[in-house]
Amino acid sequence: MKEDKGERSIVTETISRVMIPFIQLFSLYVIIHGAVGPGGGFQGGVVFGASIILYITAFNLTDGRRRFPESASIVLSSSGLYLYAGIGLLSILFSAGVAQYLNYGFIPLSGQFEQNRALGMELVEIGIGLTVMAIVASIFFDLAHKAEPKNKKEETD
Amino acid sequence: MLPFIEHFPVLIVVISLLSSVTILVVGWINRKASYFIFITTIVTQFVASIFLLAHVLTRGPIRYWLGGWKPPWGIEYVVDALNAYVLVILLFLAFVCGIYSKKKREHELPQKVVSFYSVFQLLITGLCGVTVTGDIFNMYVFIEIMSIAAYALIGSMGKIGKVALKASFTYLVLGSVGACFFLIGIGLLYSVTGSLNMHDLSLLLPPLYGNRVVQAAFAFFIVGLSIKMALFPLHTWLPDAHAFAPAEISAMLSGIIIEVSTYAFIRVSFSVFTINFLRLLPILDILCWVAGGAIIAGSLMAITQMNLKRMLAYSSVANMGYIMLAVGLSISVTSEPWNGLTPALMHILNHALMKGCLFLVAGAFIYKADLWLINDFRGLGRRMPYTCAAFVVAAISMIGIPPSVGFVSKLYIVLAAIEAKKIVFVAIILLSSLLNLVYFWRVIETMYMKRAEGEEHSTSTHVSKDEAPFGMLAPILILASLCIIMGFFWLAKVPMPILNQINNMFGLVKVP
Amino acid sequence: MECLFTMILAKYNYWLSVILMLIGLYAILAKDNLVKKIIGLNIFQTAIFLFFISLGAVKGGTAPIVSQEMISKGYVYVNPLPHVLILTAIVVAVATTAVALSLIIRMNEEYGTIEESEILEKLKEPGT
Repeated sequence: MKEDKGERSIVTETISRVMIPFIQLFSLYVIIHGAVGPGGGFQGGVVFGASIILYITAFNLTDGRRRFPESASIVLSSSGLYLYAGIGLLSILFSAGVAQYLNYGFIPLSGQFEQNRALGMELVEIGIGLTVMAIVASIFFDLAHKAEPKNKKEETD
Repeated sequence: MLPFIEHFPVLIVVISLLSSVTILVVGWINRKASYFIFITTIVTQFVASIFLLAHVLTRGPIRYWLGGWKPPWGIEYVVDALNAYVLVILLFLAFVCGIYSKKKREHELPQKVVSFYSVFQLLITGLCGVTVTGDIFNMYVFIEIMSIAAYALIGSMGKIGKVALKASFTYLVLGSVGACFFLIGIGLLYSVTGSLNMHDLSLLLPPLYGNRVVQAAFAFFIVGLSIKMALFPLHTWLPDAHAFAPAEISAMLSGIIIEVSTYAFIRVSFSVFTINFLRLLPILDILCWVAGGAIIAGSLMAITQMNLKRMLAYSSVANMGYIMLAVGLSISVTSEPWNGLTPALMHILNHALMKGCLFLVAGAFIYKADLWLINDFRGLGRRMPYTCAAFVVAAISMIGIPPSVGFVSKLYIVLAAIEAKKIVFVAIILLSSLLNLVYFWRVIETMYMKRAEGEEHSTSTHVSKDEAPFGMLAPILILASLCIIMGFFWLAKVPMPILNQINNMFGLVKVP
Repeated sequence: MECLFTMILAKYNYWLSVILMLIGLYAILAKDNLVKKIIGLNIFQTAIFLFFISLGAVKGGTAPIVSQEMISKGYVYVNPLPHVLILTAIVVAVATTAVALSLIIRMNEEYGTIEESEILEKLKEPGT
């Protein structure tokens, strides 16, 4: 983070500018292809979060905060979790007591049972990816925040 | 056609998870509403768990396959009598601590209320998940969810509790190492059987009981869970974690978190490695001796403490010794009504009630008068009469005076020890009751018999009452009265059908 | 002697995992800096993950990615279940490390140091 020194590194900034969109695209690929190869929700989410961390490291913390404000982290993580748990609850609702939790086949997304199941799994992975991305970025923001220097030890509390 | 109640095991865990996030979202907009959502969720879960217990007692265990995939390929949630019993206890204590925490959080940490309730709800998710699952790796995941939430909550006291940060860090390192041992145990079992489902493992393991890998796996499970439940040589994180944690988190920690770890221990020993394995090797004898050491060491160390919450923490160490002693004696005892796991499960409920009440009282003292050390409690008996009365009732129960709840569990453990012909443990329990009397009497004497500073020589009996607010007093009084009422219930053998069903399930009853 | 040799060499994955676990435990116990303790915890957890994954190795097996070619020619693939379990365990380890690091940051704010011995000395002072 170079906010107080005023230095900028042209090489790092340019390479980050080029790489970050591709990293994000790759993370979406990893999320969607989790069912048939290595990957899945958590892995894709971490890669996406890594792209945000790369942005913060190459540019500065305030710019990163501007692009990813606190409201975004709360909204994204909660919507990811609602997607994740909500699809499971919907599957109970639509199966009307015949089947168990998480049998995504009953959600009326497309025609057939097996396709519904696969689509349901993909939606859940997307939900997990959203939550993980928001949480990884917010962890980094909280850890990178500079603590105010303490002048004196105050014994009032 | 599944009746709706069969969905309850999963729904209890899922609505807890959803409400944790909802608290975060709603609290960002309106801070007061977050507490309302928190309490509503816990009440819903508690009512659902009571229905679940009733259903399981009448119709038998619920086997719930997630995703419709049959075990052992899929994850299965199994709720039988043991699960439902522990679930009701934990949700009741969470409910009581939730009511208690409203005033206290607003006093101590006004700016972190929303995140506190969100992480508290995650803790309850983890606790419920450990209790309902029937898959051993799923149990590891939920144990870790519960532990991580606990680490965060213990260190959350702000400036007052900066000592708690170091204690939470120690708990984090030790707890993670313990959970990793649990994971090694799972790995060893998976390597010889290829299955992760508890019921399936209990069918696949019997031909392999002589195999060193299986015995090593059991050793790893015991050590890992002993760290989590603060059994004697591995208890060192508990007193520091209690000393400066928020009061309702201390009540949850001693009342529920370490007891769910004992539930996990019972589940792993009796459901996965069935009692035939426990009879082959002298495991439970060693466990009895370790538990005996825990009882004496915990009680002795409690006497030397100056801080009230540290004293109660060492008392928790001793009580985990009682539960483990009862588990250790369980296979050698067959005569009703103290056969099998009955004393252990009875003490899980009783300890939750007693210790929950004691820690909530300690929190009320801190809230009202900022008193941590026992010597500062002079004259509190007049200033806060109801709170101190609740403390006396809970202390009577811990010492074991009839007809309180602590008396019943000690009675059953002593009778079980006599029948198993191990008189040493009878002596240990009686000695520890005496030591309990010593350290609780010290507190009661300071509260009631000594006058407050500055009033040493005054003869007037009019002291201004400065009682804790009603929101904190109600949970304390509920728990204290339950200590006596449940004592009568246990003596009248009202909850025995639950425990008999559990003993039958594990094969711990002698077939006539 | 040959028996001892094969006993050590054939099970090299277990030996490596145990040695890494002991290195991790040594770092947790002996290092003074709190961040180094967390690194030791991570080494310990990584050693367990390696142990677990090596359980699923199949001789001559390839990556367990399903394709028409694999089904038609009958390739042998490694067991994917330990991999999935360890992914979950890695998530748990990441969450634990995140909580530990935030606790260390708070301790640094309160005590001004992250060496454990100095924190213990400050705790022993009266008034804390």
